[in-house]
Amino acid sequence: MTILLNQVCYRTLHLPNSWLLSTYESIGGYSTWKKILVEKTPPAELLEKLKVSSLRGRGGAGFPTAMKWSFIKPESPGPKYLLCNADEGEPGTCKDRDILRFNPHQLIEGMCIGAYIMGIPFGYIYTRGEFKEPIARVDAAIEEARKAGYLGDNLFNSGFSFQLEQTIGAGAYICGEETALMESLEGKKGQPRFKPPFPANVGLYGKPTTINNVETFASVPVILEKGPEWFLGLGKPNNGGTKIFCVSGHVNKPGNYEVPLGTPFKTLLELAGGMKDGKKLKAVIPGGSSMPVLPADIIMECDMDYDSLQKAGSALGSGAVIVMNEDTCMVKALERLSHFYEEESCGQCTPCREGTGWLARLVSRIEKGDAIMSDIDTLQRAAKNIEGRTICAFGEAAAWPVGGFLKHFREEFEYHVKNKKCKTT
Amino acid sequence: MTVSLLDPEVCAEIDRWVAKYPPDRKQSAVISALHTVQNHHQGWISRELLDAVADYLEMPKIAVYEVASFYSMFDLNEVGQYKINVCTNISCMLTGAEEMVKHFEKRLGIKVGETTPDGKFTLREVECLAACVCAPVCEINRDYHEALTPEKIDKILEELK
Repeated sequence: MTILLNQVCYRTLHLPNSWLLSTYESIGGYSTWKKILVEKTPPAELLEKLKVSSLRGRGGAGFPTAMKWSFIKPESPGPKYLLCNADEGEPGTCKDRDILRFNPHQLIEGMCIGAYIMGIPFGYIYTRGEFKEPIARVDAAIEEARKAGYLGDNLFNSGFSFQLEQTIGAGAYICGEETALMESLEGKKGQPRFKPPFPANVGLYGKPTTINNVETFASVPVILEKGPEWFLGLGKPNNGGTKIFCVSGHVNKPGNYEVPLGTPFKTLLELAGGMKDGKKLKAVIPGGSSMPVLPADIIMECDMDYDSLQKAGSALGSGAVIVMNEDTCMVKALERLSHFYEEESCGQCTPCREGTGWLARLVSRIEKGDAIMSDIDTLQRAAKNIEGRTICAFGEAAAWPVGGFLKHFREEFEYHVKNKKCKTT
Repeated sequence: MTVSLLDPEVCAEIDRWVAKYPPDRKQSAVISALHTVQNHHQGWISRELLDAVADYLEMPKIAVYEVASFYSMFDLNEVGQYKINVCTNISCMLTGAEEMVKHFEKRLGIKVGETTPDGKFTLREVECLAACVCAPVCEINRDYHEALTPEKIDKILEELK
């Protein structure tokens, strides 16, 4: 089976110095942006195209982009902000890093077009602080775009102005949550805000704000250049276009693969070189560490798209595909994930601050063989008691892995309790 | 007002950050200011320097302490010249992070969380660095090292000695 690889966000990756303006322009980059400015395309027309493309947010939640962008009207006065969430950190996910490093101009062009559609004069790219190389590339790209007249005042005499800056984080997973990111950008601890009000009404500095993931913005120029039907045609209805999957773990060729949505998992696994050392597939977390794990027999029948994975009891999430072979201890895997959520809970809501500690301690006890059988039910209950009781979705992110692991691999947890050792060793 | 502990070079860099935000939103530059200060002062930020940042950005001291203690990249105690942060999260764990941590411990003669007696290396476990398809991964000061093996670690440490 031949598969179309790297058609959208990664379309420059095969080129030398793919991050330079000259490279991006050589494949038609910024031509869409320039055409919009010169022709003064009505924003509503562009928004309609995005709607037809059925582009959904690529950060994890899958919210329809055109709908999000319709919440902020271009004609409404006053300051407004456009933010790009480049605080990539969901365990297993590293797709945005390669857009930032290797194709930063396409992200910038996507943000320019978004700013035009919503009439937003100012934007920030919030990049995680650890990303030294991506930060440098984005800074250089912004500078190049400014000098070339793609960013700045009265662009191509259109009367439209858009200023863009990069700002950086300092190590906090929670800042990938949109309102925590805004708090962080305001120079505070990254603790999520209550919603409502939603960012479209009260966002950064209390002003209307739209925030999207790197991959979402970077998809926009190609959608408008090649047409929404082309993009939609790459995927399936309601699951249009392409998605980058970060395949990590026990495979021969771990990597970021941008493929049409709806690509069968089997095909993706083949692209990633198949299972390492000829081992058997045991389980896959298909959408980043916060999404429920799926056992081999279920994932092997799944297509990699929003609907198929949801039907299977998990979710597409950020597109991080974590592959585990037959030797993997599921208790140990959950122990590591639970430790992560305990570490990264921002501490604002009691059920999450205390609950993530409970989860981590309980799983650790089971892993070490110090647990009693009822601890497994306590673990399940503790997870349930976090879900839905917190300000942001971090609570669910911490609880869902527990639910997934216990649903499909409970027997392994029981084995640990009974035999004080692991079934896989 | 006392003489600031921040040297002109640091102040100039903070000013560049401040200019990115609206004029009445200087506080937005605090994270970048702390990065700047940390980079210029042996990789960690003393209480006096936190206070100096607060003065410079006209923020209450407590607001700067809050930020500095919330984000994992800021060190508020003395650290080694090289901070070795090994990711042990799921994708790295599946590809041998535990072995890499042990190898670092063996080579450096310290445990995770410790600093070598000569003050050269601090070894830590960190959460996901978002380079999962290149696992196992570590970060030394601000540079990523990918697809680690014990041999690769030996080579890296040799170069830093």
